[in-house]
Amino acid sequence: MEGAGERRRAGIRRGLPFGVAVFAISISFGVLARPVMGPVAPIVMSILVFSGAAQFGALAVLIAGGGAGAAIAAGVLLNARYLAMGLALAPSLRGRAPSRAAFALPLVDASWAAASRGDGTFDPWYLVGVSIPQYVGWVLGTAVGVLIGPRLGDPNALGLDALFPAFFIVLLFEEARGRRRLAAAAGGAGIALVLTPLVPAGLPILAAAAAAVAASRLRS
Amino acid sequence: MTAVWIVIAALALATAALKLAGPLALGGTPLRPGALSVVELLASALLAALVVVETFGSGRSLVLDARVLGAGFAAIAVWRRAPMIVVVLGAAAVTALARLLF
Repeated sequence: MEGAGERRRAGIRRGLPFGVAVFAISISFGVLARPVMGPVAPIVMSILVFSGAAQFGALAVLIAGGGAGAAIAAGVLLNARYLAMGLALAPSLRGRAPSRAAFALPLVDASWAAASRGDGTFDPWYLVGVSIPQYVGWVLGTAVGVLIGPRLGDPNALGLDALFPAFFIVLLFEEARGRRRLAAAAGGAGIALVLTPLVPAGLPILAAAAAAVAASRLRS
Repeated sequence: MTAVWIVIAALALATAALKLAGPLALGGTPLRPGALSVVELLASALLAALVVVETFGSGRSLVLDARVLGAGFAAIAVWRRAPMIVVVLGAAAVTALARLLF
C-alpha cells in the first residue's frame, strides 16, 4: 500500500491534462460571465462553487434575464449528480466527520471517475490529487477569461463550448469497458436523450443513474 | 448585482451540501454487494448522460449544431488514443472551423 502523499502526487500527475482542459473551459466562463456579473464575482464564484455545470447553468439563466431563484434552482439541479457521486464515495472514506468532509469537498466529475478503483470503491487521496490541478486551472482560467473577455468576442466562435463534450468523452472512454458498463453507458445516454426535452436541465443526468441500477442486474 | 452574490452564496452552499450529504450520513459504512455493483456502474451511466447533454442539449431542447462535429472528432481521437489535450483542443478547433465555414 503506497502512502497518502504518493497517492496524492500520482493523482496530481493524472489531473494535469484535466487541469489544462478545465483551464480552457473556464476561460469561456469568465468571458461569458463578465458582462452579467462584473469582473470580480465570476472569479469568486469559481473559487467557492468550483463546478462547471452549475456555474454555466446559473449564468445562462442570468443572461436570459431570469432571477436569482431560477438561477439557483438551475445550478442545484445541474449538480444533483454530486449527491449520487457522494453516496458512492462515502463507504471509501474513513475517519471522523471533518476528515470525511475534507475528502468529499474536492469531488468533481473527472476526479471521481479517475479515483474509482473499478470495484465500487474509491481512492480518496488520489481523488484529492486529481482535483488540485483542476481547481487551479478553473480559478486561473476564469480570471484570464474575465481579463481578456472584452477583447475576445464570442467564445463560441472559438469552439469553446465543444470542450465540454470532449472532456466527458475522454472520461467515458476510460470508464465504460466491459459489457455491463457499456450497457450502463448506453442506457444513461438514452435516458438523457429522451428526458432532455421533457424535464428541467440537470434532472436527465441524475435520472441516468437508473441505467446503472438496470445494468447491475445483467450478468457480467 | 445583489442577485449575483445571492446566487454565488447559495450555489456554494448547495454544492457543498450535495457533495457532503452522502459521506457525512454514511461515511465508512460498507455498502451491500448489490448497491456496490450499482455504484461501480454509476460513472459510466452519468458520464454518458453528460456527453449527450453537452453535445446535443441547449436548455430544455435538443439541437444539432457545430458541437456535434467537435464531439465526433473527440470520439475518434480518443479511440485512436490521442493525448487528452489533443482531443479537447482539437474538438474546439473543429467546432470553431465549422462555425467559420458554415
